[in-house]
Amino acid sequence: MHKLLQDSPGEKIMLLGNEAIARGAVEAGVAFATTYPGTPSSEISLNLFQMSRESDLYFEYSTNEKVALEVAAAAANSGLRTFCMMKHVGLNVAADPLMTLAYVGVTAGMVILSADDPAMFSSQNEQDNRYYAKFGGLPMLEPSSVAEAKEMIKAAFELSESMKQPVLLRTTTRINHSNAFVTFGKISPCMTKGRFIRDPQRCVTVPAVSRGLHVKLLEKLKDAAQLSETSAFNFIQGDGPLGVIANGVSFHYAADAVKDLGLEGRVKILRMGFSNPMPEKLIKDFVAGCERVLVVEEGEPFMEEAVKAFAQEQGITIPIKGKSDDLFTRLFEYDPAMVREKMAAFFNIAYTPKTAVDTSDVPEIPMRPPNLCSGCSHRATFYEIKQAAKELDVICPTDIGCYTLGFLPPLSTGDFVICMGSSVSSACGFSKATDQKVVAFIGDSTFFHSGITGLVNAVFNNHNFTLVILENDITAMTGHQPHPGVDMELFGLSGHGRINIEKLVRALGVGHVSVIKPFKVKKSIDTIKEALAFKGVSVIISQEPCALYAKSLKKLTPRPFVVSEKCVDHRDCITTIACPSFYLDGSNRVAIDPDTCVGCAVCAQICPENAIRPLKK
Amino acid sequence: METTRLIIVAVGGQGNLLASKVLGEAALIAGVPVRMSEIHGMAQRGGVVESAIVFGEAESSIISDGEADILLGFEPAETLRAIKRCGKNTQVITNTAPVPPFTVSVGLGTYPDVEEIKKLITAKTAGLVAIDAMALAKEAGSPMSVNIVLLGALVQTGALGFDRKVVEEAVKRRVKPAFLDVNLKAFDLGFTAAANA
Repeated sequence: MHKLLQDSPGEKIMLLGNEAIARGAVEAGVAFATTYPGTPSSEISLNLFQMSRESDLYFEYSTNEKVALEVAAAAANSGLRTFCMMKHVGLNVAADPLMTLAYVGVTAGMVILSADDPAMFSSQNEQDNRYYAKFGGLPMLEPSSVAEAKEMIKAAFELSESMKQPVLLRTTTRINHSNAFVTFGKISPCMTKGRFIRDPQRCVTVPAVSRGLHVKLLEKLKDAAQLSETSAFNFIQGDGPLGVIANGVSFHYAADAVKDLGLEGRVKILRMGFSNPMPEKLIKDFVAGCERVLVVEEGEPFMEEAVKAFAQEQGITIPIKGKSDDLFTRLFEYDPAMVREKMAAFFNIAYTPKTAVDTSDVPEIPMRPPNLCSGCSHRATFYEIKQAAKELDVICPTDIGCYTLGFLPPLSTGDFVICMGSSVSSACGFSKATDQKVVAFIGDSTFFHSGITGLVNAVFNNHNFTLVILENDITAMTGHQPHPGVDMELFGLSGHGRINIEKLVRALGVGHVSVIKPFKVKKSIDTIKEALAFKGVSVIISQEPCALYAKSLKKLTPRPFVVSEKCVDHRDCITTIACPSFYLDGSNRVAIDPDTCVGCAVCAQICPENAIRPLKK
Repeated sequence: METTRLIIVAVGGQGNLLASKVLGEAALIAGVPVRMSEIHGMAQRGGVVESAIVFGEAESSIISDGEADILLGFEPAETLRAIKRCGKNTQVITNTAPVPPFTVSVGLGTYPDVEEIKKLITAKTAGLVAIDAMALAKEAGSPMSVNIVLLGALVQTGALGFDRKVVEEAVKRRVKPAFLDVNLKAFDLGFTAAANA
């Protein structure tokens, strides 16, 4: 039985934040869950996916976040408790349904989770998605700890159901990827089927209907504000004339700072957990009882601006500060020492920070950048494209996935990426705006996510570029989730469809379509040259399963290669493809680590001396 | 228990996250509150994996620069890279067996001298226990047990305040039964090596 399905209330267990959230959803009786995977949210859906196979929960990996939210919106309007989760930038993709679903509402509890990533541990930006709650008019809850996240998602379902409105649950990486002890509650049984009851005056958003719905949304927000005033998630800790308002993980940094600075009895902290709408009266009363107020929140001054506006309405002129040049930054994540130092400064408390050791005499340590795995087919494809295009002035828009790492030397293939799917559409733009040759890269999962519409655009508008679709049969970067091109039998699931990328691309009317097996180097280069010479839209589909995933499925038996005596030390292997299995041995000669080499044989094909051979056992 | 802040740094694949979970389990057995935070986005692709573990009453789950009470490094250059997390009272435990970054393996960068690393760390912190955890892991029966060798060494220093029996019990609960004997031996070898270091 899945560890999160054990109906053992009271059991204390160490869980990752994302596991705690998945467990909380199950305790709340979630019946329907959808997602597109994205770090730092991915382990929530992974656990729900696993649990759905041994429970009544319906779970799906949807094509992208917009689809996931629309699928979920229907379920939540059919009376099923529904959970839709994604990373912060995923909510941009789902923003269109989000804004109008807020008008329509739901008939059963619906929680939308946005996993924000301050400091961008694995994201292209660090946008603060609390503004989506304000933008769309949705109630929002924000946990400060792993244990609270589990309780909060249960409360979010209750809140959503009572308000008939989706609730945004906003986490940050330090909640999703922290471990702490969590006490299991009771698992609620989930409904297996709902029923949709027609209600066109609420559900069909033609202008005449939506005008009425916007009025209703504002009324719901007033109700939500009342609930926020009395919510147990908005509480005051400590007492004293100095005030702190904090949310999320910053609350714990602030609480620790009060203790570390010996400010017990002088500082009270208002913790905001129900943070949209903001509780106006609670905040006005809090500020009225303070001499100064420090607002501690990572990201944008979301609370700070609201608190200042409330104070202004009351004619309160005490210093209220958060983001400023000498206090908190809008950049990256906070840490306990930073909050302690800023708090001491703002409250005029003497404080000597602990000094970190002097590192001025520490020699430079070579960096350890992430690298494409040994036997990764992306490396072969990038190498072959470079070879085929070496006479050309090339722009290489790329996309979001493992293959983004191709931008690093020596492959150096990747010139432009802004979001999922942007490789294809930006290739359209580059091909019209310049006379340079454009070769774009996109992974199979990302192609399904948001590359297809760009390709339709390219065919329709008669653009001129080559698109390389890296078909490795899995969503690799986020931990091997399925996508619409995957054989679900590998997951032991039957009945799923499987979309063939080559057929799909041909059906779109792409002028030149070719398929390469990237581990056949010479043949691939010849095929790529033909595609590059084509005037119009050409697509190259590079087919080879993700080596890491194939190994885990035992579908790949490593057959390591070895560098023979014929090697004359050109080092082309190291300098052009840089597979992590290469190293220099004791006598400074190129060698291959037999424990990591999977035997893709790409290096063997590019060695001018033919010196790399299969290792004879 | 007074708040104790432990940073573990490792290279992807060295078993840092399991080591963290064992220590979490040990905290549960000992009745000590614990919070842990980890950054592992690129671990599978050879990047650095860092865990922060806060034992005791503090509420934060991350550790600021200069504020680690203990630094446990699974790889000597990574231990040195993480030295900014230490203050002069920090206890450091490190593996001395390098896992060279790719640039070094192929001659495009220079790996710092391990003796120099040890000297620098010793001079800047309260103390260094340096052991060849890879050799001991192999002696225990599996190079994969480097993480548990280092836990043995960590417990021996007493910096954590956990009794050996508690952590061994946590190893039993968290390690797959098939690998238990190897790991208990690894723990013992690490413990003994630290005592003699």
